[in-house]
Amino acid sequence: MKIHIAHGRVIDPISQRDEQTDIYLAAGKIVALGRCPAGFSANRVIDARGKLVIPGLVDLSARLREPGYEYLATLESEMVAATVGGVTSLCCPPDTDPPLDEPGLVEMLKHRAHGRQQTNVYPLGALTQQLQGTRLTEMGELFDAGCIAFSQANAPLVDTQVLLRALDYAATFGFTVWLQPQDHYLSRGGVAHDGEVASRLGLPPIPSCAETIALSTILQLVRETGARVHLCRLSSAKGVELVRAAKAEGLPVTCDISINHLHLTEHDIGYFNAHCRLIPPLRSLRDRDALRAGLVDGTIDALVSDHAPVDVDAKQLPFEAAEPGASGLELLLPLTLAWARDNRLALTVALDRITSAPARILGIPAGQLSPGQPADLCVFDPEREWVVTPTTLKSQGKNTPFLNLPMLGKVSHTVVGGFIIHEDARA
Amino acid sequence: MFNPQLTAEGHLKHLLTIEGLPPAILFQILDRATEFEAVARQEVKKVPHLQGKSVFNLFFEASTRTRTTFEIAAKRLSADVINLNVSSSSQSKGETLLDTVDNLAAMQADMFVVRHAESGAAHLIASHVGPNIHVINAGDGRHAHPTQALLDMYTIRHYKQRFENLRVAIVGDVLHSRVARSQIHALTTLKVPEVRVIGPKTLIPRNVDRLGVQVYHDMVQGLKGVDVVIMLRLQNERMNGALLPSRDEYFKYYGLTPAKLAHAKPDAIVMHPGPMNRGVEIHSEVADGVQSVILKQVTFGIAVRMAVMSILASPPSSAARA
Repeated sequence: MKIHIAHGRVIDPISQRDEQTDIYLAAGKIVALGRCPAGFSANRVIDARGKLVIPGLVDLSARLREPGYEYLATLESEMVAATVGGVTSLCCPPDTDPPLDEPGLVEMLKHRAHGRQQTNVYPLGALTQQLQGTRLTEMGELFDAGCIAFSQANAPLVDTQVLLRALDYAATFGFTVWLQPQDHYLSRGGVAHDGEVASRLGLPPIPSCAETIALSTILQLVRETGARVHLCRLSSAKGVELVRAAKAEGLPVTCDISINHLHLTEHDIGYFNAHCRLIPPLRSLRDRDALRAGLVDGTIDALVSDHAPVDVDAKQLPFEAAEPGASGLELLLPLTLAWARDNRLALTVALDRITSAPARILGIPAGQLSPGQPADLCVFDPEREWVVTPTTLKSQGKNTPFLNLPMLGKVSHTVVGGFIIHEDARA
Repeated sequence: MFNPQLTAEGHLKHLLTIEGLPPAILFQILDRATEFEAVARQEVKKVPHLQGKSVFNLFFEASTRTRTTFEIAAKRLSADVINLNVSSSSQSKGETLLDTVDNLAAMQADMFVVRHAESGAAHLIASHVGPNIHVINAGDGRHAHPTQALLDMYTIRHYKQRFENLRVAIVGDVLHSRVARSQIHALTTLKVPEVRVIGPKTLIPRNVDRLGVQVYHDMVQGLKGVDVVIMLRLQNERMNGALLPSRDEYFKYYGLTPAKLAHAKPDAIVMHPGPMNRGVEIHSEVADGVQSVILKQVTFGIAVRMAVMSILASPPSSAARA
């Protein structure tokens, strides 16, 4: 399959390219930008006039809910959501049922996910057996089965001795460990930021120090072990400060935040909107602004959807009882564009956070548009407005704080490995 | 912000929280309660305001006093009252909260009085029910207990006549108290110039000053010159653990004794939403003393709940005529 994407505005964060040009794809690779290679004859020409052509999105956290939670979402529905959202590579956390703690489970998932041409799936293996935080998993075996790194997802790892050993063991093989910094005891029972809104609504609070204390512990153990750690879903200004200092010190850490925390604050909870029940909790405006600044200056490397489909019934409960999480695969691109618009950011910078930066964290050949690279990319109309509704979302998870809000930017084509896996004629 | 408890015309549709209600509605309820207070002194303690209406007392959390006063209030308004202790029935069979509500709504309920252990439950139900059903929050988690706060305001007005010159202290476990939150909103809405909260740091929520109150950790300082002392109940499970070392130490520093009360104004009234823990947050001598109005609160509670129900049940046009 040879594809010619014509007249699009091509943005490639790594090369800082932002110009109207043509891209030529063949045999699953990008073969040329600009001039047509000699002898290239396209099977298919995509007219990208007025559209943007960017590397396919790399999402560091998308729950596909398989195995175990197929009633919430199926691999099929969520893979469609990914392609509609322009996501060409994604990481799925190990908090499935059972957790991804055995090579067989990972192989099964990879097999199911790679059954046809679709978004590349990179499973994260469980760091401890059953995610219980006591015994290490067979990281080597899991790696061979296809795990790209190891994580506890949102499960607590209370025992610091186990954490130290997990980091040491992972470092032995050069594996990266992904940790969501949240102190188990300080967050126990809590559902909202320890601020004005929680005090007003009577919601059990989670103080920011739940994050900074966990971060301090992790960073100290990174110093101790030299392990590479990716910090997932920061939420607080003080957390950003700690990561900034750790990076200045030269510690091998990277980090991400979610689209929800980039755009929302505790005040969006309003009158107990269960769609804003998230882990970690939405914090104050000052925290939100610090996360935005950190994402601009690169302290925060990547922006993720933190996609978590939740059943309608599990959200139609009092805020405390509602299941945490938000659907996000289809919102990652438009919410990145909205952030860029709000902050007058160059698209080369904003798009880096959802393409090249997460690809670098994963160490995968993705997130860039240059000859020889895999032909993973997406084409979108930046001006196309659409409204987030249960019908427009393809994910089985209709749970998002952005429900019924207008979005600007819609993907018209998603290409993975040189195959057009999504095409929206109207976009 | 959009207020889910008011109609587009600004009339009360549900009573979920005091927060966001205009002073006029609070006064409307207090004034109506004054009318109903007389009903209790009649030979026949009944008025026809809710005749033919069905009031469902939907209690997902155990309660005796609140449920009983709501039941009496509804019966005095001639409503049919159905008491449901849901914690022991459908919820244990796995039915969801909203399914329970839907089923009761299908039985032509006109009003739900809801108590639930989780903050926001009443809001959830109100957002779910049809337009002809009214929801009264009888306590949700740590969030709100608006009728309790209204009866407290009624009591304060009864003894002090007005609000604009008062100093009020709320003492105890503010952190876990839906009563305290609703009282704070009611007092500030009614323009009480000085509202104080008194308690150890473990029981005072952070940022509570944003609600317009002053925080005191020293009870004697906090009681100086106040007109109203509101004691909060300290639940047994909070007494021994990481929040407080012991009930004795709590009583020593935050229990209301005659000696501590002497720092308030001589005509200060003492209130408590009940049920009281004598010897934990309040000394019996104070609870039964001349300054205590605790039992009057209970009596007023019926009139105030009648007022809320009758205002909710009457369409705005007839309310205007009344």
